Amino acid sequence: MDHLGLWIAGFLTLGIYSFLYRDNPWYKLSESIFIGVSAGYWVVTEFWQNFVGKFWDQKGDDPWLWIGAVLGLMMLMRLFPKIGWISRWPLAFVVGATSGFWMMNYLTTNCMAQVQATIIPLLGLGYEASAVMIFSNIVLVVGTFCGVAYFFFSKAHTGVFGATARVGVWTIMVTFGAMFALTIMNRMSLLIGRTSFIFGEWLGLIR
Amino acid sequence: MRREVPLFITGIVGVVFVVSYFIPAAPFCYLDSKFSDWFSIVQACAIVLGALNLIVISTKKVVGRKEKWGYPVAIVVSFIIVIAAGVGGGREYMTTGTSFDWLYRYSYVPLSSTMYAILAFYVASASYRAFRARNVEATMLLVAAFLVMLGRVPVGDVVTSFMPIGARMSDLQQWIMDFPQTAGQRAVMIGIALGLVSTALRVILGIERSHLGGGD
Amino acid sequence: MKTRVIEIGVLVVAAVGCVIAYLGKPNIFGWHSGFVFSPTVSLIIIVLIGVSLLWMLIRTLQNRLVGRRIVFLYVGIAISLPLFMSITQNIVVSENVRDVYTALDELDPGEKVLVSFDYDPPSAPELQPMAEAFLAECFKRKLKVIIIGLWPMGPIQANMAIDTVMERMGLDSTQLVYGVDYCNLGYQAGNEFVIQRMGTSFEAMFGNDVRGTPYREVPLVKNVKNFSNIDYSFNLSSGFVGTVEWVQVAVSRYGLRLGAGNTAVQAPTVYPYLRAGLLTGLLAGMNGAAEFEKLTDFKGKATIFMLSQTFSHVIVIAFIIIGNVAFFRGGRKTALKGGSE
Repeated sequence: MDHLGLWIAGFLTLGIYSFLYRDNPWYKLSESIFIGVSAGYWVVTEFWQNFVGKFWDQKGDDPWLWIGAVLGLMMLMRLFPKIGWISRWPLAFVVGATSGFWMMNYLTTNCMAQVQATIIPLLGLGYEASAVMIFSNIVLVVGTFCGVAYFFFSKAHTGVFGATARVGVWTIMVTFGAMFALTIMNRMSLLIGRTSFIFGEWLGLIR
Repeated sequence: MRREVPLFITGIVGVVFVVSYFIPAAPFCYLDSKFSDWFSIVQACAIVLGALNLIVISTKKVVGRKEKWGYPVAIVVSFIIVIAAGVGGGREYMTTGTSFDWLYRYSYVPLSSTMYAILAFYVASASYRAFRARNVEATMLLVAAFLVMLGRVPVGDVVTSFMPIGARMSDLQQWIMDFPQTAGQRAVMIGIALGLVSTALRVILGIERSHLGGGD
Repeated sequence: MKTRVIEIGVLVVAAVGCVIAYLGKPNIFGWHSGFVFSPTVSLIIIVLIGVSLLWMLIRTLQNRLVGRRIVFLYVGIAISLPLFMSITQNIVVSENVRDVYTALDELDPGEKVLVSFDYDPPSAPELQPMAEAFLAECFKRKLKVIIIGLWPMGPIQANMAIDTVMERMGLDSTQLVYGVDYCNLGYQAGNEFVIQRMGTSFEAMFGNDVRGTPYREVPLVKNVKNFSNIDYSFNLSSGFVGTVEWVQVAVSRYGLRLGAGNTAVQAPTVYPYLRAGLLTGLLAGMNGAAEFEKLTDFKGKATIFMLSQTFSHVIVIAFIIIGNVAFFRGGRKTALKGGSE
């Protein structure tokens, strides 16, 4: 069965790659199978892990889970246009939970902790920092401050404030350059994995 | 009532999560736990909703013999096969050697991996065609990208092997990631966090109602 | 019509080639045992690629831009040919990777490590080698591993990693006992709310493991109530939900000690947390995986793939330079300083 599996995997892989040449039925078939398999995988996983594992097995110990089950069923009412409005209740629950939870998470970890980490002794705690370290600390502090200044759009970016925002833009450009480089690295890594499968696991050409 | 009740739910649930951060004692810790449990179940149902919606639409295309109805057949058939293997496999459906595991390794893995892997070609082609040093900012972006790309692979250190240890390409790349890149990321993170806090407050207080949709 | 005949011809030739190559595998008819280019051949290939890039630069200078399919071909060559080469590279271990290793070093045998598999197959080339090397190191140090997933594919990727590690280390199920040395609690929907709930009770979110065994009957976790019973945590992630959420909830609220393995594209967004001291170590992308493999002396795929990674980076840089040469030669209207288009 593994032999059949390898050929199915190879067929589907090359089907997706055929799109590089042009759109074709082989690619469309592979894409359709991907959609069906993905949807099926997600449903099976949610069924066993959540509906059975979390709700059905634990409902005896925790009857309050029935409220979650009712909210979940209300969510599924979206499939029926006439009573689809019922799904607003669980949606409102999700939006409220996410808003409240994220508000505190982002405020503490993404805002306050980052500001705290930016307030650093530029010359080192005992004034022992090397020239490179001092320069690096200045880059970090000035870059963060100027970057935040750039995102303040309530004041026109002119004069001293404009110059500050400009430095912020340069810092953000370096960030984007690094992100671009790492995106290239990531995409190439994905391709390496697939190529290794084709020439290695499937065709056995790599020793 | 169709809009007021959801707004009330949003407000109450949001307030509970905010207050439970500051007052981790009862009843807020208890409500926090229950709401987290319910969230898990609701999210699972939302995921299943998406999958079922897809199958409903595909089935309608097949039954109605719409144009190129053969592809929706493939969607529905592959969905049914995976469901049968997964649900029929029992609680140990994920164990190595089961039919579900086989389908995962030889259909889901190659398809999903290749869908993303194909982007490598397009990102290289787009870089060749569109990435231009038109001005100072674009040049800075380009130079930073080159240094990081070269520094993250061993050839960068080979090219700068004449430099002392600590001053080679990998060290320069690490410095860029640790200092200017972190500074820029922090600025973006702080900006997003402040924006998110204000939006979250608007949602909890009922000022922002777009999540309820239009009509009714 | 002619194009269609050529297309079908190419497909038939490729299919026949695949069948011959497959049948020739060592475990079938054994006509071949795979191919490896000698260092001389590898060097010749590198020189040929360099010369062809130079030719492309000359074409571009003559205002004859190469088509995108040529770019695709070069990317394909840059990725596939190095897989056959026998060139080794010197991998330099960075401080962030060493921090993860040091964190494991500080643990005593029997202490519990929580590993969260928050990724799917597309990210496996980068994250699976990290997972295998990390798990191997944990098992070598007799640490107890608890596996969970916040992505549906996470637990099954964990199973694949465990299978590979057991095979590589020559362990069987009596030497590495499920439920005693490691266990897989599976996936749970809820994203960051799962992490929040785990702060008070693991059992509330993971009532059974992936084999359907109730939480209380799994020897390894029956006394694990929440994060306070975990000595170190390692998160492998490629997006939402992932390291950012683990830091925001588990580290910030519950003080969990967390290391991370991220895809290259996610790593920049995690650096602020690393620099703020919220993360104990970071393995970023394939080079992070290769560095960790070197540190732990685990012969994994990341080290092998790094040569292809190197070639692909050089090819992309070359194409960007060629494109910019054409742009500059084409006579830019605006000056370099302060201009915008």
